Amino acid sequence: MTPYLLEIGQALLALLLAPGLVGFIRWFKARLQGRRGAIPWQPYYDLRKLFGKEVVMSKNASWLFRFAPYVIFATAVAVTLLVPLVAAPLPFDAVGDLLAVVYLLLLGTFFLALAGLDPGTSFGGMGASREMTVAAIAEPTIALAIFGLAVGAGSTNLGRIVAQTLNHPGAVINPGHLLGFTALFIVMIAETGRLPVDNPSTHLELTMIHEAMILEYSGRYLALIEWAAALKLLIFFSLLSNLFLPWGVATALTPGALGVAAVALMAKLVALAAVVAVMETRIAKLRLFRVPELLGVSFVLALLSVTSSFLLR
Amino acid sequence: MIQKTLFLVMITAWIAGAAASLVTGRGAIARVVAALGAGAGSAACLLLGVTALITGQTLSLSLAQMPPVGGLMLRLDGLGALFLVIIGLIGLAVAIYGFGYSANYAGRYSLRTAGAMLNLLMLALGLQVMADNALTFLIAWEAMSLSAYLLVLTEHDKAETVRAAVWYIAMTHAGFAALMAMFLLMSGSDLTTSFAAMRANAAALSPAARNLVFLLALFGFGTKAGVVPLHVWLPMAHPVAPSHVSALMSGVVIKMGIYGLVRVALDLLGGGPVWWGGVVLGIGAISALLGVLYALMEHDLKRLLAYHSVENIGIILIGVGAGLIFHSYGLMPLAALGFIGGLYHTLNHATFKGLLFLCAGSVSHATHTRNMEEMGGLIKRMPVTALCFLIGAAAISALPPLNGFASEWIVFQSLLEGVKIPKPEVAMIMPIAVGMLALTGGLAVACFVKAFGITFLAIPRTQEAEHAEEAPLSMRAGMALLALACVALGLAPFAVVPMMSRMLAGLGGLPDTRAEFARNLSLAAPNGSSLMSPTLVAAGLLIILCLAPLVMLLLRVNRKLRVSESWGCGRIGQTPRMEYTATAFAEPLRRVFAELYRPTKELTIDFHPESKYFVQSIEYRSEITPWFEKYLYDPCLWFVRLIAAVVRRLQSGSLSAYLVYVAIALLILLLTARM
Repeated sequence: MTPYLLEIGQALLALLLAPGLVGFIRWFKARLQGRRGAIPWQPYYDLRKLFGKEVVMSKNASWLFRFAPYVIFATAVAVTLLVPLVAAPLPFDAVGDLLAVVYLLLLGTFFLALAGLDPGTSFGGMGASREMTVAAIAEPTIALAIFGLAVGAGSTNLGRIVAQTLNHPGAVINPGHLLGFTALFIVMIAETGRLPVDNPSTHLELTMIHEAMILEYSGRYLALIEWAAALKLLIFFSLLSNLFLPWGVATALTPGALGVAAVALMAKLVALAAVVAVMETRIAKLRLFRVPELLGVSFVLALLSVTSSFLLR
Repeated sequence: MIQKTLFLVMITAWIAGAAASLVTGRGAIARVVAALGAGAGSAACLLLGVTALITGQTLSLSLAQMPPVGGLMLRLDGLGALFLVIIGLIGLAVAIYGFGYSANYAGRYSLRTAGAMLNLLMLALGLQVMADNALTFLIAWEAMSLSAYLLVLTEHDKAETVRAAVWYIAMTHAGFAALMAMFLLMSGSDLTTSFAAMRANAAALSPAARNLVFLLALFGFGTKAGVVPLHVWLPMAHPVAPSHVSALMSGVVIKMGIYGLVRVALDLLGGGPVWWGGVVLGIGAISALLGVLYALMEHDLKRLLAYHSVENIGIILIGVGAGLIFHSYGLMPLAALGFIGGLYHTLNHATFKGLLFLCAGSVSHATHTRNMEEMGGLIKRMPVTALCFLIGAAAISALPPLNGFASEWIVFQSLLEGVKIPKPEVAMIMPIAVGMLALTGGLAVACFVKAFGITFLAIPRTQEAEHAEEAPLSMRAGMALLALACVALGLAPFAVVPMMSRMLAGLGGLPDTRAEFARNLSLAAPNGSSLMSPTLVAAGLLIILCLAPLVMLLLRVNRKLRVSESWGCGRIGQTPRMEYTATAFAEPLRRVFAELYRPTKELTIDFHPESKYFVQSIEYRSEITPWFEKYLYDPCLWFVRLIAAVVRRLQSGSLSAYLVYVAIALLILLLTARM
């Protein structure tokens, strides 16, 4: 029973932490840019406000527009249940592996893009088109990064990959591992809509991707989508940190180990968030048609990573 | 016993359906008769396949004793049973749907021929997968090709249709010639040799002969399956056929290429060297990627779906190719995994592609066009069709928890097992295939966001779309049947995969892997190294989907909703012209893959005579380079025309010249007979 409770507990923890993570990045970025910035827990206030507001829906939109936020939110939560946050391996590990995680997130993207097209505005279509382009081109890198990890661990199940790396810590410094990490980091930037691929804080039609799709959303629907987006960011951060640097993840379900694991998770999330914030203050957004080049680089890195893990096997 | 009865019911229903269609007149009776025959036959076919798969029994029938059909031999084994299930399931939906759909053919085109040919096509398909010697196989193959050809020609007064049909019949006969040569090679020139004897003889063939047989099979079955570069007929012929026929062709007929390849390469030849698998996998990966890339640029809904058939045949061949590679290294459980992936995807693709073509048929039936740019907003006018299309679109995009995801997961896992191949240079094929498969998957999602979004969402773009009406009951029933099948096959892979394992056991020495790849509710990679349960993922998603609104209700979230104008940047009124089009949607990807598409642009601007700052009209035309037609088929056609021009001189039209020809031919014949 305990493992199941822990599983649900860690998903709730992720739900709770996700808006804070986004708030922290915003706050830290503001500080780096010499602004005061909103307090890190501002997103919680935003969510409460959005949940309290009525929804204004376009008269052109259909039931799909109202259904999509729930699907997007549900896929993000479902993925959270599969990803090892504080402990591994947990019972849900056998329910879904990395491929299931990737395709569940893709299911969310599918509905998000459709919802963008539903009100029939130019912005929505523009966002949907760009989002799907980026998502499609990021897909091979993700698959190859999974391949690289699976070759090492002999499994695509997340818990096993984590356990394998914990048992063989030397593997972390092999070139395949490092290249795979870099490749997945670039993909993470693209998938979560951060600079230089997408600017999360703009509403300028020339640059926006994610924001363009959700322009017609308001009230509780917007809250669900924003929350799911924050959750997606947290999922990618924890995948990056726990798959490639799994230290701190509890392998035994003792209170002590779990406490350490929770602290380690927070530390890793904050560290990655800081890296992203620094990057976002240092680099400008890429033109949309340069993004495929960036993703091409990540694909080559991932291919090199797999090749080296084949040769060094 | 029950199998024999089902077999007789199946055959009788189809024959009776075909015969009755020919004698009944036009109008509703003809439609009823055709649908009844096809539907009853398909239902029996489905049951026969399912019982054979579940019980694992085989059925042997020899018709040699019956004089008019001497030499025909039929036998039902596991592989055949799987394809019977495919034929029966799609056939049943097509028969039900076809009853309503063919109503608008009444008085315009021949319902009589269409009904008879539909039944005949199903009969040919059913006999095809039960054929147990080359003669039966080839007769069924030709009957299938010809009846499909006549069905493609249903709307025979359109130039586009005739052109497509000619391409189809030419390509399929090129393939037939290859198959004929292949069987002659394998059977020692006696076409009535049973498959069992061929299986026994295959080992005695020289390696060169075996390779030749394999290459002929690849060409012959490849033309039918529509692999790149033999696919050119497919995006022409499938869209112009009546939609229920398109569903049957894309869902079932092209799968006969897969059936034939597995039957010959794995079963009859018993596998071969590594390069066989490598070639199949390579062709599969290229077909998958090019298929989806061309589909992205397509705005004709049915052509888009046809290109996706090329893509999915590619995915199936990736699985089959991986299976052949593992087989040649003696890694039998892994080989089984590859074949299971490929064949499971065959079944899945049949259901969702059948479904999508039926939905596309309902849409074009309602809007009188296949051009997506003239649709839009149909989700409100045609809710059932829209929901069915959405299910099909999610399934073909391999999104969980639908069936496409389960089979692509297995194909992925079999590629990941490529690490176990002893030679690194061969093993390196696998990650590249994984990359190509993943890119294909990503692009397929993008393409179906476009297909569903532009067709069904937003504001109607034309009057016709605005006044579209939902399809009649029979058409909705046909679509719903396949939509349910997509969901069921996605939720129950733990039941489907062991069945496939048993079916494959024994083919080419594959072991029985029933306990290996499915555990409880999960799918498993070899030795249980990776586990994934589509069933539980679906359950989890459903629970969260229900919990989220419930929690929101408990927390007293504001539940008000106001319907208003879209936000228009201060602009008043929103017209369909402001919407994103399919062309615009695909534009970023067209730029990214510009090297492949080589788009040609033609921009004509009509300026006002007074000043060039006032534009009166702009015409923009853009096309993508059709590589295969231009560089592969045009030279072939040129060559054929050249020969035809030479041969034409023989045809003088004068009787005496022909008599001389007859005399010369007779003389040569006699001389060769003497020697």
